Amino acid sequence: MIRLENLTKLYGSFVAVDDISLHVPRGVLYGCLGPNGAGKTTTLRMIAGILRPTQGRVLLGGDDIHVNPLAAKMRLGFIPDRPFVYDKLTGAEFLRFVAGLYGQEGDSVERRIAELLEVFELTSWKDELIEAYSHGMRQKLIISSALIHRPECIVVDEPMVGLDPKAARLLKDIFRQFVERGGTVLMSTHTLEVAEAMCDQIAIMQHGKIVAAGTVSDVRRQHQAGDASLEELFLKLTGGAQVRELAEVLGGRVA
Amino acid sequence: MIKQPSLAHVLQPKWRTALQRLREERAKGGSGKLIILILVGGAFWAGVFGVLYLILRNLRKVEELGPLIPGKILGLILLSFISILVLSNVITALSSFFLAKDLDLLVSSPVDWLRLYLAKLGETLLHSSWMVALMVVPILAAYGIVYRGGVLFALYAILAIVPMLILPAVVGCAVTLVLVNIFPARRTRDLLSIIALGAAAGVILLFRVIRPEQLARPEGFRNLLDFLILLRGPTSPFLPSEWASQAIMGFLQNKPDALPLVLLWTTAAAFVTLGAVLHRALYAQGFTKAQEGAERFIRGGLWRWTVGSLLAWLPVAKREFVLKDIKLFFRDTTQWSQLILLAVLVVVYLFNIQALPLHRGEPVGFFYVNLVSFLNLGLAGFVLASIAARFIFPAVSLEGRQMWLLRSSPLDLRALLWSKYWVGTLPLLALGLLLTGMTNALLEVSTFMMVMSLATMAALTLAIAAMALAFGTLYPQFETENAAQIPTSFGGLVFMMATIALLAGVIVSLWQAVYTYVRAVYDGRPVVIDWWMFLWFAVAAALCTAATIVPLRMALRKMETFEF
Repeated sequence: MIRLENLTKLYGSFVAVDDISLHVPRGVLYGCLGPNGAGKTTTLRMIAGILRPTQGRVLLGGDDIHVNPLAAKMRLGFIPDRPFVYDKLTGAEFLRFVAGLYGQEGDSVERRIAELLEVFELTSWKDELIEAYSHGMRQKLIISSALIHRPECIVVDEPMVGLDPKAARLLKDIFRQFVERGGTVLMSTHTLEVAEAMCDQIAIMQHGKIVAAGTVSDVRRQHQAGDASLEELFLKLTGGAQVRELAEVLGGRVA
Repeated sequence: MIKQPSLAHVLQPKWRTALQRLREERAKGGSGKLIILILVGGAFWAGVFGVLYLILRNLRKVEELGPLIPGKILGLILLSFISILVLSNVITALSSFFLAKDLDLLVSSPVDWLRLYLAKLGETLLHSSWMVALMVVPILAAYGIVYRGGVLFALYAILAIVPMLILPAVVGCAVTLVLVNIFPARRTRDLLSIIALGAAAGVILLFRVIRPEQLARPEGFRNLLDFLILLRGPTSPFLPSEWASQAIMGFLQNKPDALPLVLLWTTAAAFVTLGAVLHRALYAQGFTKAQEGAERFIRGGLWRWTVGSLLAWLPVAKREFVLKDIKLFFRDTTQWSQLILLAVLVVVYLFNIQALPLHRGEPVGFFYVNLVSFLNLGLAGFVLASIAARFIFPAVSLEGRQMWLLRSSPLDLRALLWSKYWVGTLPLLALGLLLTGMTNALLEVSTFMMVMSLATMAALTLAIAAMALAFGTLYPQFETENAAQIPTSFGGLVFMMATIALLAGVIVSLWQAVYTYVRAVYDGRPVVIDWWMFLWFAVAAALCTAATIVPLRMALRKMETFEF
């Protein structure tokens, strides 16, 4: 469903994403892990068609996002990490606007808006300007907007940031049901517990490259990690020694 | 007692950011930009200096009035600057004291209230006064040179002007502090933009309606003695502009008087102290209030039933986009309130045309009527360009933070550009045709001139709007949240220069055709639309068409390369 082929992104001479290839099939919830600056957000933004790759291509359901962008984007719902939306629209107006961008209108859209606002407990806020929404409410609104056109795949950057525990649980359930019905989710996250509990497969990125990919068991096997937890595996692959040093420094300071 | 950081340290992120921006500009090859800025700025300075120099030099030769009027002029200029500064400081203080992004960090860190006040006062002063400070330079240079003030005058002028900048900053900050304690900050911002623009519009209207040009007529002065008495007295003895003017004129006329300078500096010091006391008492409460959102429930149904129904023929994506842009405009007070000023400017414009003494005799009247009607095209074009710079130029920049949504959705960029273009162009076109039509009706021009003017204005408006949108896309300001600041960027300057070039090109082309017509009527010959006239009409049409299509294509190509 989502296929990345030799994807590379350069910012000047800095290599943000370095020749990565990845295949996320239908009905799979795929987690993209990695330390800060590993290239996760850049990769997701290339998949969403916001950034142009320096090399390589992104295919969504067989359509290249840059050769046939409109068809590819019709299949996609993108949820960014920073919830920038139009402050002077109300929640309902924003959702109606996004539905319009996907060519949808009419009673079915109105029903869908009501349904999504209800699910995310925003119904009582629907006629209020977004400028009055909290960070978490904006995030919920953006998630609703990504679902409004019933996409085939969802690309989501740090989905749990800003959400209260109830909304986080709701989102996990939504994603799980979405993939069970044949949808595809590719998400980046720092929260290893979330990745371990939710993802069918993971890819760990470091310095713009994928250093490990597959199911958690596959990754353990590939790196001879025995029955190590995902956290230990992550630290091993992304520089755990630095973390231990940091822990010592912090521990010394507190002591 | 915690050691407090220095003021320079508190302001460090600000000046470091400014330095870094300069470095980035230089790295991007900003020398061309710098040269254009220096040229435009230099030309403006030279213009102000030249006009004032001529006036002052001529006034010096007049026996009685000579020594009095320059002081009066300076006092009035400084008074108008102070009024502008108070308004500008009130608006800037709202951002720097209550809405700035660095406030969470500063307020939560152990920086004492006095340092916070002084740092933010300094920031407000700098942001709102730099333009006035730059404007003062050629004005005082003209005074210094005409009165041979010498190098020492420059230092003395700085000594007189600096406290005059501090005082409005303190007053502006204090007014904002009090207002924020009464209303939530977001409401205060709405309120202030309406008050500021309403006040500006009122002043313009008042100034125009009293017909200042009548003062220049000798028959207007009934009693010279009364006039002289009026000139000798101070205009506003309790205002710092008067003290600064007295200090400067005293120095220039070799009658130095320390009192105005002492008054300026002691008042400035006292005001800063009082401002600090007020800040200590009210800031914490005001800052808390500023965090409150403006709770407003909106029923968007009206827009959907009215504008939405009118646009029902459009594809849904375009329709929703246009509706969204219209709603955002009318819900943002800082945007729509500028329409107040615009309405007043249009009234003043038409008032000026009506006040022209043209219909006094034939056949000179006919020639001048046509000349004014023709030149009016250029002037109206310039007015439209300024409006386009304010409303259409920022259109793409304002999408900046939401561009993730537009780029990840299947919205065709051409549809985005189309929506932005027509949302801006249609009101501009209506205004352009109204201005031209009404002006020509007031001038009582012939049908030929009326048709030619309206057609030209329509073509020019389409081109100007396209250029505004395109230059706004080529020089986007995605980080600026305040739409009013975007047109003052470098891209805005380049747009205005390009538009002036287009207006010049179209007017020069059309003049060939119009002159043939005017000449024929003046000589009593029948007007024949020959190949010569047709050629120049075609040149003007080609210029406008090219200025519409080429910029829009460039904008589309640029938009495709945007990365976020």
